Amino acid sequence: MLNNISIGQYFPGDSIIHKLDPRTKILFTLMFIVSIFISKGFLCFFLIAAFAYLCMRISKISLKFIVRGLKPILFIVAFTFLLNLFLSSGDDVIVKWGVLSITFTGIRNALFMAVRLILLVTCTQLLTLTTSPIQLTDGLERLFTPFKKIGFPAHELAMMMSIALRFIPTLIEETDKITKAQKARGADFESGGVIKRVKAMIPLLVPLFVGAFRRADELAMAMEARCYRGGTGRTKMRPLTYRKADYCAFGISFMLLLVVIALNILNVF
Amino acid sequence: MTWCANISVMGFEDMKEAIISAKDLSFRYEGKESYAVDHVNIEIEKGSFVAVLGRNGSGKSTFAKLLNVLIEPTEGEISVCSLQPKTEDDAFAIRQKCGMVFQNPDNQMVATIVEEDVAFGCENLGVAPGEIVRRVDWSLRTVGMEEYRKAAPHMLSGGQKQRIAIAGVIAMLPEVIVFDESTSMLDPSGRQDIFDLAMRLNKENNVTVLWITHFMEEAAKCDRVIVMDQGRVKMDGTAREVFSDPKKIEKFGLEAPDMAKLAEALRKEGLDLKDGIITVDEMEVELCRLLSKI
Ligand SMILES: Nc1ncnc2c1ncn2[C@@H]1O[C@H](COP(=O)(O)OP(=O)(O)OP(=O)(O)O)[C@@H](O)[C@H]1O
Ligand SMILES: [Mg+2]
Repeated sequence: MLNNISIGQYFPGDSIIHKLDPRTKILFTLMFIVSIFISKGFLCFFLIAAFAYLCMRISKISLKFIVRGLKPILFIVAFTFLLNLFLSSGDDVIVKWGVLSITFTGIRNALFMAVRLILLVTCTQLLTLTTSPIQLTDGLERLFTPFKKIGFPAHELAMMMSIALRFIPTLIEETDKITKAQKARGADFESGGVIKRVKAMIPLLVPLFVGAFRRADELAMAMEARCYRGGTGRTKMRPLTYRKADYCAFGISFMLLLVVIALNILNVF
Repeated sequence: MTWCANISVMGFEDMKEAIISAKDLSFRYEGKESYAVDHVNIEIEKGSFVAVLGRNGSGKSTFAKLLNVLIEPTEGEISVCSLQPKTEDDAFAIRQKCGMVFQNPDNQMVATIVEEDVAFGCENLGVAPGEIVRRVDWSLRTVGMEEYRKAAPHMLSGGQKQRIAIAGVIAMLPEVIVFDESTSMLDPSGRQDIFDLAMRLNKENNVTVLWITHFMEEAAKCDRVIVMDQGRVKMDGTAREVFSDPKKIEKFGLEAPDMAKLAEALRKEGLDLKDGIITVDEMEVELCRLLSKI
């Protein structure tokens, strides 16, 4: 079980989309999100959905993954749907019970909001499914580098993030080991009420934290021993560079945005 | 690799040059009464393979950290590759020249991918990207881990992780590598592998090695053995000199290698063994010699 810990939902592959610069993909996703937010009608949504589907096919990700990723937000989607369904005001009433009424506007709004949410999550999923967490970190670091001038710790945050990614599997392994060790001494993590179970976690958490602090100490020393002194003067083995495909992707996403704006202005729904 | 070429050119003439020299080197941890490293005077020759022994708390790790400028001496002087840690930049230069491999293989890997981890040191030094790729290739080949370049660290065995740690250090082209009990968390075969690798780096690339250990069998194979106790250097000489007197080193909380003890015992039984037997091979040769005489 421990040998296939995967963090995030990265789905390895070698499609054009996988190979795009992470910065491109982040900006692309932003364009997507902006397009979704400014869309006023279903035609725009249809266009965006079709486009997202195309990206999905190109990156060879099966619909299953996307659907699985949608599950956690299903409740929110249902909630907004119902809220909009019953609470939208309009004259075109279909049914009415006391204060609650279903109107055509209500149905439209409800569907609109639900589709908007689903599209938003789908688009961000396209990013996280095709970009490994470490690439994402790299991309974000580079994107935020200009903000270093105003004191934004882009490098430090990226370093923290990548160390966290590095140590999550190690800490999970350790948790597993400690759990077994405590069980062997008769600790019981499974039975009893909530309070009893939380109490049972203490002999697990204490060694885990102590271990994590010791690790942090040793790691800091090991990094220093290997000449680490922050982001200044540091180079990268594989610096991020924009390629032709990246420029194309920029162009395409910009076109999408333009088309959505045009449709809105023309009021074509 | 330019590094090897460079060093082999300098090879012979500089053999006797001291690469590390400590004068009255002392260090006291904050709030402690006694020195962890107590007025140590020592010189280590370029290209030598030196074992550092001593019981727990004898100051070995503290000495190693002083070499790497992870801590600054309370008193005295240290010079590594003729550099003295006066400023931050000196410390940086020394750390490049003097690499360090620690005990716990897990806690010295930074990146989520092996090759990124090997590149970490070079990236910190500001080496150009193309050159980093070349050095990473070379380092991984040297430690025999090329096929793991894209692997995640947590999928590797302890010994493999230590190899990666070594690769990360040699990619910085150091002249000295300090191994602080780097094999103590490994199984016997992993231990042997890492020791052999260190030996090879020493012989083939002329890297000076400081091998801190609790295993006498390893120390017995080193050119020189330094025994520390209470922060002081108590014994210093060839492995043969240090181990030939099992009584003496027991005073410092150490045990002579099995073969030295066996030789001592056999001598007591009246066997005419020559002095200074410390490895299995030597014992074999000596016993064969005796047998052939019968
Ligand atoms: N961070 C610290 N703070 C305070 N005292 C320390 C610290 N680290 C080590 N010491 C003390 O300094 C002395 C030397 O410790 P050091 O770690 O150098 O020993 P060592 O020879 O490496 O031991 P071991 O074989 O256990 O690794 C010990 O008495 C120890 O208690
Ligand atoms: Mg130590």
